[in-house]
Amino acid sequence: AYTTKVSRNANIAKLQAGYLFPEIARRRAAHLLKHPDAKIISLGIGDTTEPIPEVITNAMAERAHALSTVDGYSGYGAEQGEKKLRAAIAATYYADLGIDETDIFVSDGAKCDISRLQVLFGSKVKIAVQDPSYPAYVDSSVIMGQTDLYQQDVQKYGNIEYMRCSPENGFFPDLSKVPRTDIIFFCSPNNPTGAAASRDQLTQLVKFAKDNGSIIVYDSAYAMYISDDSPKSIFEIPGAKEVALETASFSKYAGFTGVRLGWTVVPKELLFSDGHPVAKDFNRIVCTSFNGASTISQAGGLGCLSPEGLKAMQDVVGFYKENTKIIVDTFESLGFNVYGAKNAPYVWVHFPDRNSWDVFAEILEKANVVTTPGSGFGPGGEGFVRVSAFGHRENIIEAARRLKQLYK
Amino acid sequence: MEKLQNGYLFPEISMRREAHEKKYPDAKVISLGIGDTTQPIPSIVTSAMAEYSLALSTPEGYQGYGPEQGQKSLRKAIADVVYPNMGIRDTEVFISDGAQCDIARLQMMFGRDVTIAVQDPTFPGYVDNGVIMGQTGPAAVDEESGGSRYAGIEYMRCAPENAFFPDLSRVRRTDVIFFCSPNNPTGHAASRDQLRQLVDFARRNGSIVVFDSAYASYVSGDDKPRSIYEVPGAREVAIEISSFSKFAGFTGVRLGWAVVPDELLYADGTRVARDFDRVVTTCFNGASSVAQAGGLACLATEEGRAAVARVVAGYKENARVLVDTFQALGKEVYGGDDSPYVWVRLFPGRRSWDVFAEILEKTHVITVPGSGFGPGGEGFVRVSAFNSRDRVVEACARLTSFLA
Repeated sequence: AYTTKVSRNANIAKLQAGYLFPEIARRRAAHLLKHPDAKIISLGIGDTTEPIPEVITNAMAERAHALSTVDGYSGYGAEQGEKKLRAAIAATYYADLGIDETDIFVSDGAKCDISRLQVLFGSKVKIAVQDPSYPAYVDSSVIMGQTDLYQQDVQKYGNIEYMRCSPENGFFPDLSKVPRTDIIFFCSPNNPTGAAASRDQLTQLVKFAKDNGSIIVYDSAYAMYISDDSPKSIFEIPGAKEVALETASFSKYAGFTGVRLGWTVVPKELLFSDGHPVAKDFNRIVCTSFNGASTISQAGGLGCLSPEGLKAMQDVVGFYKENTKIIVDTFESLGFNVYGAKNAPYVWVHFPDRNSWDVFAEILEKANVVTTPGSGFGPGGEGFVRVSAFGHRENIIEAARRLKQLYK
Repeated sequence: MEKLQNGYLFPEISMRREAHEKKYPDAKVISLGIGDTTQPIPSIVTSAMAEYSLALSTPEGYQGYGPEQGQKSLRKAIADVVYPNMGIRDTEVFISDGAQCDIARLQMMFGRDVTIAVQDPTFPGYVDNGVIMGQTGPAAVDEESGGSRYAGIEYMRCAPENAFFPDLSRVRRTDVIFFCSPNNPTGHAASRDQLRQLVDFARRNGSIVVFDSAYASYVSGDDKPRSIYEVPGAREVAIEISSFSKFAGFTGVRLGWAVVPDELLYADGTRVARDFDRVVTTCFNGASSVAQAGGLACLATEEGRAAVARVVAGYKENARVLVDTFQALGKEVYGGDDSPYVWVRLFPGRRSWDVFAEILEKTHVITVPGSGFGPGGEGFVRVSAFNSRDRVVEACARLTSFLA
């Protein structure tokens, strides 16, 4: 067959297998092929399942209709997002934190923002990630050429600092053992462990970044799931504006996983070593490599941030949190050690001395329930399985029943 | 990032507009600058988006994450309607949130070590994303035009002298060739023969063509190709990107697509589509499901297709009015026939930013200086046909007054 003479990007070649969640989907599909009558319940991919509150979809429908009118039509929006939405985000989530609308960049979601941030940082930075963590930080780092080859023996890419988070250290890394990196990706509440860092821990993190001249990329996609007084934003920590940017998403609050809307906060005070504001370069990326989030999604976002919308989102989050409790109770009653759950829609279940892909396969084969193997999130996830709490209540209850059957 | 010269072109134009409006608060500025669509989207399309939005509030209608590559129904509609009889499979169509985003993702996929060729002048997104990915050396000032060229990029001059198609015998081999047709900004639509030459050139050199067909719906008549895949052999050498922006007024709604054929292979035999899929699943999470519902409504019925075509026809008529105006003034004008852009040399010998500034100052009409699209654009301005008929006619009246 004819081939071009273009070399494949060696960085992409470094990646081991496909991205985690399409892999899970493939396994699910293969299982369904083998057992076409199986009633599979998916507690794997963290995909929201409950309908979006009407106050939000009405706003979207209204905007859609308006696009058919002379007065209501709008073309290209500001790449940073519509002014009203930026202002609403700042007022709702960052009031009294010294963040204003001009620090907010509206996007089509946190995963997309992570890549744009990686493009912004370039190929020469070194990153640190929690271990385990959301795989997009590592995978985008590999694609950008920031890493060395994958080391099979330790299941890590060379030149990434993996900060172990486990029950032993309360899921917060021992920063005294972490060497300096340029960028630190920190997700709290954490995907997959569900751990929410305390004020004290985040203060340590900010100090660590300040001492090392590092930039924290703080992923707050699950902040609304926090039940205790753990900080919801890194900017609650004094000094954070000089060392951190924060990414967030409507996906898990408003069921916007398909609608696509999120934001990133880049404070004016965050500077590169030569004094150049990070926000200025991020703005350049946003204008050059992106063209703004969909106007209709943004109208939905404004609906989300109305008083009625905020209450509706809280109800949705509350519903998934009740699901989480059912799952936790199930595993605890079976004698498992479970973590997370209190401040996140994920339950992190310990299967000591077992291979997590084997456990994943066992639960899928024997109970027709999809979970996510912990090692998919990094070597620190080995021996754990992530069970997500997104599902219709009856499916959660049925899954709980099947798990009780399987592990009684 | 440091290598980039100035801000991206279109925000620069916006800033100049704002400054002008501050200076002349009562001026009725008419924008024929940024190619932003202005006419309402047909209600058959927006109703579909509204309906889909409301359905998201119901148990039966709710959908969460879609496939990152796009909804199957939309991928199939594009394969069937946009690429009839060209052998494009729905699995080769990747739905996106627009061509500019696809360009960035393609550049990310290609990585730092590829060399690129671009038309000169051309849409600045190819170059700027290449610079950001580290594909180029520093910028240097081009003596002839005063514009910037980045070291390492092959600029393929497209000018009246060569009928806006590069002399490929003088073009050095690069890994990737970005080719936009109908071209932004010159408006030139390559002929079948020209695209055959391009495909042959790519094949001989083992290069990949990234064919930007965002303006395909503006092509008049049947003799100019609307897709690179009309040329035999293109499946093995070309990626095609396109967009609903200028086709359906989706500049704010955000929807586009990339076609990466299964036969397109890297030197080591691996499928380019496999790596693009990896980038799409890792760095993206799919176009908005609401936008996709709108896209389907543009394509799935005769009524939808006709409604969208009427809007395009309106802009094409605007382009006709602009061309006629400039011709009547005896100006050297190109484009307009197969494109919403008119490419005109208003004042021979004068720099395009100066011409832009003078037109703005004296007529309150915004255009785009040609050098913003590359050194080959110097001496020209791009005038876009995206506005209401009334404003285009008004703009032409002002330009005629000023230039006559």
